[in-house]
Amino acid sequence: MAKKRVVTTTINGTQIEFLCQPRQTLLEVLRDTLNMTGTKEGCSNGNCGACTVLMDGRPVDSCLVLAVESEGAELETIEGVAPAEGLDPIQTAFLEQAALQCGICTPGFIVAAKGLLQSNPSPTEEEVRFYLAGNLCRCTGYDKIIRAVLDAAQAREEVTV
Amino acid sequence: MHDFEYEAPSTVAEAIGILEKHNGSARLLAGGTDLIDQIRMGRFTPEVVIDVKKIAELMQMEVTADGVQLGAAVPCYQIYGSEQICREYSALADATKIIGGAQIQSRASVGGNLCNSGPAADSTPALIALGTTAVIAGPAGTREVPVEEFCTGPGQNVLQRGELLTALKIPAQPAASGSHYLRFIPRNEMDIAAVGAGAQVVLDSSGENFVSARISLGAVGPTPLFAQEAGDLLAGRPVSDEVIEEAMEAARKIASPIDDMRGTIEFRLHVTGVLTRRALETSIARARQNLGK
Repeated sequence: MAKKRVVTTTINGTQIEFLCQPRQTLLEVLRDTLNMTGTKEGCSNGNCGACTVLMDGRPVDSCLVLAVESEGAELETIEGVAPAEGLDPIQTAFLEQAALQCGICTPGFIVAAKGLLQSNPSPTEEEVRFYLAGNLCRCTGYDKIIRAVLDAAQAREEVTV
Repeated sequence: MHDFEYEAPSTVAEAIGILEKHNGSARLLAGGTDLIDQIRMGRFTPEVVIDVKKIAELMQMEVTADGVQLGAAVPCYQIYGSEQICREYSALADATKIIGGAQIQSRASVGGNLCNSGPAADSTPALIALGTTAVIAGPAGTREVPVEEFCTGPGQNVLQRGELLTALKIPAQPAASGSHYLRFIPRNEMDIAAVGAGAQVVLDSSGENFVSARISLGAVGPTPLFAQEAGDLLAGRPVSDEVIEEAMEAARKIASPIDDMRGTIEFRLHVTGVLTRRALETSIARARQNLGK
């Protein structure tokens, strides 16, 4: 068995050290070692996006990242999306648009949407659909999710204006 | 997942040393979007995984008057994020924009796409169309191989034990040129090409005649293909539907697709022609735009 490694990384603004084996994915470590179970496991092969986290500001499938690769990285998970009080505008919009049913895909969608709005604060509907193509939802039919993200972009704009 | 050791060397020489030491039982990790799944599925059982992302030269992309020096592990989003790549090396921007979704593009690299050597790799036909050379480092020094000669079969390539791909060298594109890559997939995004086609054309100053053309195909043979005859027959001839039709026919001739869930042989041969035409037409339009016509 390969020796465990010590990895130092920043998760949701807090520096964290953990032990892992080289073969463990970031998703496994988040859920099973750090008990951060908000990030979901769907397909575990990079198709569904349920395990999306932001790594240095970019969305990645945490099932396709080795935990050792996160050494020195800045990670943001669904647990870090809401401010200390209340919700992020993306979360509010998901509730208002009823953009979820079973909820398994929701953390991945919200984190990916956060990645999108950070790089492109006022996307078109086509840009939202294209950017979120790596997130699958088997309940909603996507329309409500797309509307929620567009609403959130609008709400964020109104806050900054 | 299968148990392995992890190494993250900071120089090419160190990486070669580790590859040699493990004599064929090491795998190189760039974005991991193929490799991690392949290890999980048991297709590879390496003793050691060598992360190349700490090697500075593999993570750099330099665009100069001589062309592009693209580090083998540079992720897709950085490539299409360059305005100069989008404008002057459009086929590569087209390909990197449609590989997977945003999550995959954050990590997946063009060098990794090439080394994975899948017949349906999207970025390989784009590299071939642009006349790219693969730079390979190994125990005996470095060597260069045209990208169209890199893959030798599904999942197979010219890399020998101890060797790694370090960079892709794309020559500067002539001012009167344009390029394009496109694919057919059963969905709108996030799928594997049923057929892919790349093209690069150079026009004369009138924008009405081909000076030269390069055409490439994906997913219609055991490796991505360079349709050299299809491109060469356009050289020196006026741009017309008839000559494009000839190029479509020549491209179809070198295709040897398989029947699978993404399409039948008959369908793929038909689409090979259609995509060849579309790749050429968009390349011509872009070349004319670059000429100001």
